[in-house]
Amino acid sequence: MKARSVRRRHGLDLALKAFSGLAAFGGCFMLGWILLLLLGRGLGALNWDFFTKLPTPPGVQGGGLGNAIVGTLAITLMASLVGVPLGLLGGVFLAEFGRGTRLAAGIRFAANILMGVPSIIVGVFVYGILVKPMGGFSGYAGALALAIIMLPIVARTTEDMLRLVPGSLREAAMALGAPRWKVSFGIFLRAAKTGVLTGILLAVARVSGETAPLLFTALNSPYWNRFDSLPHLLGSFAQPTANLTVTIFNQAMSPYADWQRSAWAASLLITLGVLLVTLTSRFLIQRRGR
Amino acid sequence: MILAECRMKDEENMGEKPQSDPPPSLETDPAAGVEPAASFTEHGGLPSTDRPQSAPPVHKESAARPKIQVRGLNFFYGQQQVLIDNNLDVLPNKVTAIIGPSGCGKSTHIRTYNRIYALYREQRATGRIMMDGQNIMAGGVDLLDLRRRVGMIFQKPSPLPMSIFDNVAYGLRLHYKLSRGELHERLENALRKAALWDEVKDILNRPGTALSGGQQQRLCIARAIAVEPEVLLMDEPCSALDPVSTARIEDLIAELKKRYTIVIVTHNMQQASRASDYTVFMYQGNLIEYGPTPQIFTKPRNKQTEDYITGRFG
Repeated sequence: MKARSVRRRHGLDLALKAFSGLAAFGGCFMLGWILLLLLGRGLGALNWDFFTKLPTPPGVQGGGLGNAIVGTLAITLMASLVGVPLGLLGGVFLAEFGRGTRLAAGIRFAANILMGVPSIIVGVFVYGILVKPMGGFSGYAGALALAIIMLPIVARTTEDMLRLVPGSLREAAMALGAPRWKVSFGIFLRAAKTGVLTGILLAVARVSGETAPLLFTALNSPYWNRFDSLPHLLGSFAQPTANLTVTIFNQAMSPYADWQRSAWAASLLITLGVLLVTLTSRFLIQRRGR
Repeated sequence: MILAECRMKDEENMGEKPQSDPPPSLETDPAAGVEPAASFTEHGGLPSTDRPQSAPPVHKESAARPKIQVRGLNFFYGQQQVLIDNNLDVLPNKVTAIIGPSGCGKSTHIRTYNRIYALYREQRATGRIMMDGQNIMAGGVDLLDLRRRVGMIFQKPSPLPMSIFDNVAYGLRLHYKLSRGELHERLENALRKAALWDEVKDILNRPGTALSGGQQQRLCIARAIAVEPEVLLMDEPCSALDPVSTARIEDLIAELKKRYTIVIVTHNMQQASRASDYTVFMYQGNLIEYGPTPQIFTKPRNKQTEDYITGRFG
């Protein structure tokens, strides 16, 4: 019996190593390219005014995207306030109360589908159920659209993290005579907290860069939200609300050089923000490993 | 208020009942309303109903009514039956050891006493388990209260992901309404009884997971006894521990049986012979033999028991 050529196997090994290395490098290279481009084009327009001023008409010097920055933060925060608690509860149901039931399997399936639904569809959906009946675009509609996108992400990560809670801990806690809801929220979520927090941060990072769902819901606005009183504040989010991603969309499509510059700066800002949130979650995962 | 009531109940249970009851000839045990545990399976799981004399002699020498009476207990994982017609009397304030080869159903057997198996949808048990005359397998039994009365220590030390203090306080807060002072008092008490107080009294705020394996297991014991259970189930509590920690836990068991009824599952036959008063030998889901530990280890009546104890299999 003749042995297979060792040389050929080594050759194949080398080739595969090279290809996978190249592919990995390609991915990193693209990220690096995007970052470099954003830094090169956007950094110049990032200044104090950019964070504090309203956008100016094309051709007028100065101005910034202060309202859009505030709007994006506020919409993301509102979306999180709705999406995170609901997602957590859903994840606890999937992992604890509904474990092994057909109902949970159905909900899990639906959540997986919802995660795959293109975000523009979510935007159109919220347009249909909220914007149209309310008679106008609003920050609330934008927050709802983002919350719908967050919900399945948070629920599924929470479930996955709760499943990692060792069976021995589950039994030990239940053997103390604690009711299921109490152990689920008091002990299991605590045991899984870094993983769950990571999932939440990733969901936040994901939605903070969404444009399509906001186009149909929050739209955009050249004005500030009003912060002088609570009724004014709440009222201002019932109006079209400024946000970074739709601003980027509008300004980048415009023929004006100064708008395009500001779009670059906004892109840089939002990319750095997402990067920061993602790095924070990476850091949390690593800490859990220790 | 609640605390006071519970304490009274405990004292009643601990102090009076065992002594004041008439010696139970099992046949005339009126309170429990349970037929005698005559059906120990001798071979292959068939109840030896034709030989009522084979009922364990232990009932005659003991002056106490059994704390737990298991009658006709079957257990299923899905379709697979893993316990076959188990019948057993567990005596109060004694240590009962369950021995047998891996997979014989020892752990499964004691996991019915607090119905922890009910966590899993596919697991199911039939039969009766009478605790002080009340069938805990019945539908209306409150599992939370049952698990307060029947504490459990697991093979793997499983401190909750919180401080040492909160580990013990968790169960206490769950079952009792206590003032800060009472909480501290009972917490210290439990940790002392678990022989852990001196080692942790200055580090109560550290996470429970920071302790060594043996300390963690004693923390779990403290956590279990803090809520004043009546029965302590121990599922191979020392198998993950070194010999020194094991010896400490065994000393602890000897101390704890003064207050609690203890059922311990063990792989370690030396441990069974050292630490227990009664020993049960299980094989393939059947209770093969039951008797006072010295008798089981010196003159077992069953061939399978003898073979296992002398190391011929298992």
